[in-house]
Amino acid sequence: MTVILTQAFTGVSIGAVLLLIALGLSLTFGQMGVINMAHGEFIMAGAYTVYMLQGPIHSAGFSLLVALPVAFAVAGAMGVLLEWLLIRRLYTRPLDTLLVTWGVSLMLQQLARDLFGAPNVHTEAPDWLSGRVTLIGGDDPLTLAHARLFILGLALAAVVALTLTLRLTPLGRRIRAVVQHRDLAEASGIPTARVDRVTFLIGSGLAGLAGVALTLVGPIGPTMGTNVIIDAFLVVVVGGIGQLKGAVIAAFALGVLQSVLEYSTTVSVARVVVLVAIVAFLQWRPQGIHTVRTRSLA
Amino acid sequence: MPRARGTRYTAIALAFATAVALSACGARTDEESSGSAAEIDTSGDTIKVGLLNSLSGTMAISEVTVRDALLLAIDEINAAGGVLGKQIEPISEDGASDWPTFAEKSEKLIQQDHVAAVFGCWTSASRKAVLPVFEQNGSLLFYPVQYEGLEQSPNIFYTGATTNQQIIPALDYLREEGVESLYLVGSDYVFPRTANRVINAYAEEYGIEIVGEDYAPLGSTEFSTIANKVEASGADAVFNTLNGDSNVSFFREYEASGLTAESMPVMSVSIAEEEVRGIGAETLEGQLTSWNYYQTTEGEANDRFVAAYQERYGADKPTSDPMEAAYTSVHLWAAMVEAAGSFEVEDVRAAADGITFDAPEGEVTVDGETQHLYKTSRIGRIGADGLITEVWSSEGPIRPDPFLREYDWAEGLAEAAAAENE
Repeated sequence: MTVILTQAFTGVSIGAVLLLIALGLSLTFGQMGVINMAHGEFIMAGAYTVYMLQGPIHSAGFSLLVALPVAFAVAGAMGVLLEWLLIRRLYTRPLDTLLVTWGVSLMLQQLARDLFGAPNVHTEAPDWLSGRVTLIGGDDPLTLAHARLFILGLALAAVVALTLTLRLTPLGRRIRAVVQHRDLAEASGIPTARVDRVTFLIGSGLAGLAGVALTLVGPIGPTMGTNVIIDAFLVVVVGGIGQLKGAVIAAFALGVLQSVLEYSTTVSVARVVVLVAIVAFLQWRPQGIHTVRTRSLA
Repeated sequence: MPRARGTRYTAIALAFATAVALSACGARTDEESSGSAAEIDTSGDTIKVGLLNSLSGTMAISEVTVRDALLLAIDEINAAGGVLGKQIEPISEDGASDWPTFAEKSEKLIQQDHVAAVFGCWTSASRKAVLPVFEQNGSLLFYPVQYEGLEQSPNIFYTGATTNQQIIPALDYLREEGVESLYLVGSDYVFPRTANRVINAYAEEYGIEIVGEDYAPLGSTEFSTIANKVEASGADAVFNTLNGDSNVSFFREYEASGLTAESMPVMSVSIAEEEVRGIGAETLEGQLTSWNYYQTTEGEANDRFVAAYQERYGADKPTSDPMEAAYTSVHLWAAMVEAAGSFEVEDVRAAADGITFDAPEGEVTVDGETQHLYKTSRIGRIGADGLITEVWSSEGPIRPDPFLREYDWAEGLAEAAAAENE
């Protein structure tokens, strides 16, 4: 019984990581339709932010908390720069955007190698994240790792904050208007170019947050972005373009599926089965779990 | 339908990435492969040797340090007068962590640069990719990394450990410590699969229970399920053959699931000083490793090696087993050439048997029959400072036995593995 609960929680926590790495992408790719291959490198930038902050700030716990807004700002700034320099010139040419951002991703990887060296770097996890919470005591205890709970909390907080921003703020209304009908939004006096840039800032900033979370569970190195970018696209595509809800459901569904399969088979087999399941699902529902109905005729 | 568009672009993105990766294999330099003995250019005042390491890509982390150690050894030999009166001229090529590129670059080194020998390769996949090139051209490769054994090419000298100099001593040590059950965790490729096959046979012979065996794809960073399984198994110890980045995630999850080096020690065979820095010493403190050399290994030769390496590359740079084996390989080649009085591959091979070198790990001797080295096995414990200290060592250098012919319990293993690899 405990095994099932433990695995269920493991699945949820895998889902939380997937959700964090995919959340920014669901905004830039899902809502704006920009295929940003450099999204993984924005995640990497967030992770290196934690590493950089641990130099001047000695307390690992404090530096992690400071890293959250700083990583959001760093990755967000990189996103805005990329949007302003390149992507805004390519909005009508998605395949060129793909090539250009892939090139940018390679350049950022090399930049990280030059700045921080090719080997992985190491960050200290704060003490308050290294323990475990015991939910059920006794001979067969159910315990949850603090670090995983923290990531889950961060993912949920990010989703809630993003949802509220999109639903309730004027900025959110403008973003939704541009996504649903760019020309009509423009005609109503919404400065779409500026909205695009802000959307890109938020999406990239969320990648920075994901990078901070990843330092708690995985390696920090120049190639870490390439490890996660495919998973991020998978979550967004399965979730359905244009809806956060879909990405949330997809991330947790994939996480639980992965953990259940890993437990009953092997990691490699689980990976293959998950990918086959995704392909089969997209055959059945090419639009993903959720979609926005738009008036666009294209 | 605008909604399906995203899917299609992602598919195109994937196809594109694959195409770029494959295009690296397309280019060929020289097609005049003759199959006869390699032509070695001995005309000038210098003798060229090839250094073939990944200077970019995922393996660059490890292989750049090997290249640095090779250059150090070459400079030492040159400062002492060179080989047969000629200065060594290294030609460095980037294997780019891509196995076909390794094959292509080795062909270039042999056929265009006419090098006397090539030093390098790390992964077994890259070694297997270049092996036919060296055999067809009759050239020589010095391979400096511990590997899964079960190989013996006349064109390769293996200066890292084979199975009976690393994995079997590690198992002997665990058995002496009273370990009765093991959990095997490894990356999903040839080395861990072959190593675990050996471990299973050993366990059967000595009554050790294998309570679980799990493989994760190379580069995998999601280990929470495996850590749950390991924790639930209650094994006495874990035998870890994970490679690269995966170790970071594995040890993070291992620690998060409440396991410690006291309750369930992990014996690792791919974590050296360099890797300890990336994972974090406090995460690894108290865990065990099995190698032939540590930075802390005692002896004058090692003091000299560490001092020279750190003077050249920085006082904070650690030295590790593969670096030491690479450094040693150049010195051994030079000694073989001097003994043979010739750079020709056949002469060098004929002179190889019994050549010794006072290596940082202690004296090593070339076994002419297997072209492996007699090496001392050492079990180490990782300290809080990130260095590894020896807790056990074999009584003197162990004779290399890549096919495990001297072990009754390993009978049939070599044949079975060979049949599977065909």
